[in-house]
Amino acid sequence: MGLDIVEDIRKDYVYDLVGSGKRIDGRGFLDYREISVERDLISKAEGSALVKLGDTSVLVGVKLEPGTPFSDAPNKGIIMTNAELRPGASPDFETGPPNENSVELARVVDRGIRGSGTIDLEKLCIEEGEKVWMTFIDIHALDNDGNLVDAAALGAIVALLHARIPNEHYGITGADDTLAIRDTPVAVTVVKIRDAILVDPNLSEETAATSKLTVISNADGTLSGVQKSGREGLKEDEITEMVDICIEKAGEIRSKHLG
Amino acid sequence: MKEEGIELIKDGKRLDGRGFEELRPIKIEVGVLKRADGSCYFEMGNNKALAAVYGPREMHPRHLQDAKTAVVNYRYNMAPFSVDERKRPGPDRRSVEISKVSRAALDPVILKEYYPKTAIDVYVELLQSDAGTRTAGINAASVALADAGIPMKDLVSSIAAGKIGGEMVLDMNAPEDNYGEADMPVAMIARTDTITMLQMDGRFTKEDFKRGLVLAKKACHEIYELQRAALLDKYSERAGEGGEE
Repeated sequence: MGLDIVEDIRKDYVYDLVGSGKRIDGRGFLDYREISVERDLISKAEGSALVKLGDTSVLVGVKLEPGTPFSDAPNKGIIMTNAELRPGASPDFETGPPNENSVELARVVDRGIRGSGTIDLEKLCIEEGEKVWMTFIDIHALDNDGNLVDAAALGAIVALLHARIPNEHYGITGADDTLAIRDTPVAVTVVKIRDAILVDPNLSEETAATSKLTVISNADGTLSGVQKSGREGLKEDEITEMVDICIEKAGEIRSKHLG
Repeated sequence: MKEEGIELIKDGKRLDGRGFEELRPIKIEVGVLKRADGSCYFEMGNNKALAAVYGPREMHPRHLQDAKTAVVNYRYNMAPFSVDERKRPGPDRRSVEISKVSRAALDPVILKEYYPKTAIDVYVELLQSDAGTRTAGINAASVALADAGIPMKDLVSSIAAGKIGGEMVLDMNAPEDNYGEADMPVAMIARTDTITMLQMDGRFTKEDFKRGLVLAKKACHEIYELQRAALLDKYSERAGEGGEE
């Protein structure tokens, strides 16, 4: 039970509503909340995006710095993804080192980008074995009304698509100034409440849900990340139905916000 | 996208000679630790996992108690010497995430409501790792929970399916995991075919994904039988001893 006691009390209400085919905010089961994406709000960052899913709000910043490559990948740039669930975003979030929820959020977003080969890491090599671009993707949750992961993943890809490599700042010449982005992974999260599948859960629905599945899919319909969470299991046919829904929804988001 | 450049399949076989759907050899020992309430040693190929369970016992700190149910804690830990390059001791981001999903994998079978305000602590040590360690850990933990006498609806069994050299396979070892296309760890309650953990990274088509689920299901059934047999083995032996400790 979280500090957000109201959400715990609201569980039964959400549950009953779903039984009569309704959602607490009046959406259809497969509808997203209104999505808004604003980019380049942070001029100090090489790329940034503010994504809102209804009242959920996530700011993603991308910073690039030259650094030393890993010894087993001397000609490849580095991606590092970090997420902070800031205390202002929810009474349940506390200051201090990352907890399992923020680690999971960061790693799921990271996996989607890495798995799809979104960034051509070899293009981030400045000098083999010596110097490569390190790409930091920092996810900053500003307001949590549920489904931070979809907002964070969308913010990350938008910020990456428009990021500028700070060659001049570091006195590096002869390189491209945008990242070589080869794919557009989109995360879509669904939850199960009763026997219904609901897309883009708000906080009340996330709290009431028995299980949750995030599926990250690419432009060609392949999958580059899946993560199940929640307190109950899912059947194989439920999962395949969820995956189909997620791929379709990802296509809609991609054409609207990453076109 | 994962590294390329190693031929993982030769003449329809994997590098270690296994078939595509063949698991590495599994060895299970129940009740291997004296002090823990329940324990299990689980080997899967070169993976060596040791699970210890304590509880239900008093939950500390008290503010984390749940008035309605027991709280399950799960700590996955890799020994520094368990991998080629020494792993820095202590939790890192990877182990924090693995602990979270592993706990969620086991949580649905534990009858936590019998023990309000208590903790059930599961400690999983990877003494040697060779890919698929979270699945080995869950398999060990599930048996250790049963060994501790924690009321459970069923056992949980776990395996990874994946894609290497264009083929869908089960239970990848480290080279296959490093150079393969995709990895999908799954945990399930085999008897009811209920999936309690599902993760995936790399790149799968929708068909690969579905095929992976089918393969994982088959393997979980196999593992379930081994887990069950190991428990029966220990406890039928005990019954023969006249119920003595």
